[in-house]
Amino acid sequence: MAFIVNRKKLTLAEKLYLPAIFSGLAITWKHMKRALFGKGIITMQYPEEKWDKHLPEWYRGAPTLVKDETGRERCVACQLCEFICPPRAITIEPMEIPDGSHWRKVEKKPRAFDIDMARCIYCGLCEEVCPEQAIFLRKDYSITGLSRDQMVNHKDKLYEMGGVMNGLVIKWNEKK
Amino acid sequence: MDDFSNFISHFFSPAAWTFLKTLGERLMSPIGFLIWTTFLKSTILLGIILGLVSYTVYAERRVSALIQDRLGPNRVGWQGLLQPIADAAKLLLKENFTPKNANYFYFRLAPKLVMIPPILVLGVLPFGSSLFGVQMTIASINVGAIYVLAISSISVYGIVLAGWASNSKYPFLGGIRSTSQMISYELSLALSIVPIFMVVGSLNLNTIVQYQVEQGWMIAPFWPQGMNWHALLHPAAAWQAIAAGMSLRHLLLWIPLIISFFIFFVSMFAETNRLPFDLPEAEQELIGGYHTEYSSMGFALFFLGEYTAMISGAGVITTLFLGGWSLPFIPDGSHGWVWGLINIGAFFAKIIALLFVFIWVRWTLPRFRYDQLMKLGWYFFFELAIVNIFLTALILTYVK
Amino acid sequence: MQLTLFWFFSLLMIGFGAGVVVLRNPVACALSLVASFLALAALFVTLDAYFIAIIQVLVTAGAVMVLFLFIIMLLNLKAEERRRVKLSAMLGGGLIVGCFLELLSSTLSTSPLFSQPLPPLTEPVHSDVAMIGLTLFHSFNLPFQVIGVLLLVATIGVVLLSRQTLK
Ligand code: SF4
Ligand code: SF4
Repeated sequence: MAFIVNRKKLTLAEKLYLPAIFSGLAITWKHMKRALFGKGIITMQYPEEKWDKHLPEWYRGAPTLVKDETGRERCVACQLCEFICPPRAITIEPMEIPDGSHWRKVEKKPRAFDIDMARCIYCGLCEEVCPEQAIFLRKDYSITGLSRDQMVNHKDKLYEMGGVMNGLVIKWNEKK
Repeated sequence: MDDFSNFISHFFSPAAWTFLKTLGERLMSPIGFLIWTTFLKSTILLGIILGLVSYTVYAERRVSALIQDRLGPNRVGWQGLLQPIADAAKLLLKENFTPKNANYFYFRLAPKLVMIPPILVLGVLPFGSSLFGVQMTIASINVGAIYVLAISSISVYGIVLAGWASNSKYPFLGGIRSTSQMISYELSLALSIVPIFMVVGSLNLNTIVQYQVEQGWMIAPFWPQGMNWHALLHPAAAWQAIAAGMSLRHLLLWIPLIISFFIFFVSMFAETNRLPFDLPEAEQELIGGYHTEYSSMGFALFFLGEYTAMISGAGVITTLFLGGWSLPFIPDGSHGWVWGLINIGAFFAKIIALLFVFIWVRWTLPRFRYDQLMKLGWYFFFELAIVNIFLTALILTYVK
Repeated sequence: MQLTLFWFFSLLMIGFGAGVVVLRNPVACALSLVASFLALAALFVTLDAYFIAIIQVLVTAGAVMVLFLFIIMLLNLKAEERRRVKLSAMLGGGLIVGCFLELLSSTLSTSPLFSQPLPPLTEPVHSDVAMIGLTLFHSFNLPFQVIGVLLLVATIGVVLLSRQTLK
């Protein structure tokens, strides 16, 4: 069914464009005058001013590895994150936890854990897929480096960035 | 003076001294004088204009930022004032890329053709009254005004050629649009200033400015010659001068002149491809239009050409409508070189004010649709300009 | 000075004129025609005929040739194929051109009009713009108006014709 839109009949002033043009110019002039005296400017001078304090809880920054209250590396080197990572930014080299270790029953931990930040797209899938709550996207966003090597975060760096996280599910306690 | 030259001559060998002397005589002979003053004027004017161009780009970015509540470039140098230099260095160091299927010769020729016409226009603009008795126009020819129109009409070649030689669809569309747009607006541009020729009775830009010095600016004909230094000190004389400017003929002629100013101003936007008429390079639809395929200095020349065209356009508007170098109460350069310098300053101040308006309008108005642009040109401005000519003729004939 | 400029610009003009014929790319042809017009305008300037020079640039180079170029680009004309030169056609063409030149030179050399030196031009009373205006509107007013009407009729005809094809 044809639907006819009834256009409003324009008044002479509207047809001439001119009043609209001048009112537009008045608006931009007002903005410019205000901005000239430094009022109403929304630009942040980035390296000096930062938005860090306002980052939301769920902000997806660089992926990091965390330890829990007991100081245990939570990652069990299951490599699920390595497989799910869309740009294949994660490379894990697992190792067996040696006999006699307190956490022997966990069996595996990563020997090396590299995340190539030149590839990572901050999608958060690694965090989502991890069965051990071991990898989290934190709030670091300014990741720079002068070469490709410098852009790779190794295991120590990842733990340093992730730090300790409290209140996670404790699976590997003594009782079990 | 003779003592002085005798004294100086001791420092040179006789042969060198005679050479210097003949050189001096040559330089002071009428033709020699003409040549070196013209050369000097061209160099200085070109220097000023190119400096102005780079800072217009900077101003465009700063003003647009302020209008949109942003800051704009403010890092390179104090308040970002060295930004143009950084930009130039960046553009120079980039790769000058030519697409594989482009026509190399014409592809490289096009940016140069865009840059030349606006600079040629500067040649006839009276950018000052006179300095040490030298007229501050590079070439005062008796057809200056239509020379300006002719040059701006050939400025379209660079754009068309760029669009064609790139051998790519967006530049091609940009080139086509620009051709039709320029042809349409050239007409109203030319017709709109006919009333000025009728009123002044000359095509020489110097004469037109002189007329405005004597009769008041075209858009504000209120201060005839009486408005001088003397009038500032004696208000009675000023009133007399204003009253003299208030004749019926003067006031009636004001109407067509305002109309032609309006048409010329708007057509200038279309001629220089500025928003709201920037269809040849509409970023959203044509990815930059005719200069899509250019990089490095090729792109820079298009960019600078556009801004130079803006400046010479502003210069033409100033000369034709805003009294050129003249300011009320300020005598011309024949009263001393200070006044000559002030006149030059006034001319450039007016240009800068106009450039600001250009930028201001650009960041306020949205782009026209293509058919609206053509309709506006052909159905409205063209007719208005013709009616305006007849109106002027009527007033000139019947109101004495 | 005048003579050097004359030779310079006329050679330029002839060179670009030859380019119009010789070049194969239609856009290149159109552009060399423009360049040749510009050189012609420069020739007018050396004769102090500024107005005609500027009008030459404004009308032919600025308006007519832009339209030409516009149409060449729209039709997307391809570069001409290289043709085989036929000897007989070359000879025939050469003969005709030779005859024409011969005729021209004999007329110019024998006509009494060209043998005597013309009187020097008098200093014009008005600027050349005013002179052209006076000539057009004083001495040739009627023809001028008639041509105007003719152009108007042609314009109306074009509008009518293009309207009909639209329907
Ligand atoms: S955030 Fe996405 S891209 Fe980055 S490491 Fe995790 S899974 Fe890979
Ligand atoms: S971070 Fe999680 S998903 Fe990745 S290997 Fe370790 S335990 Fe498995």
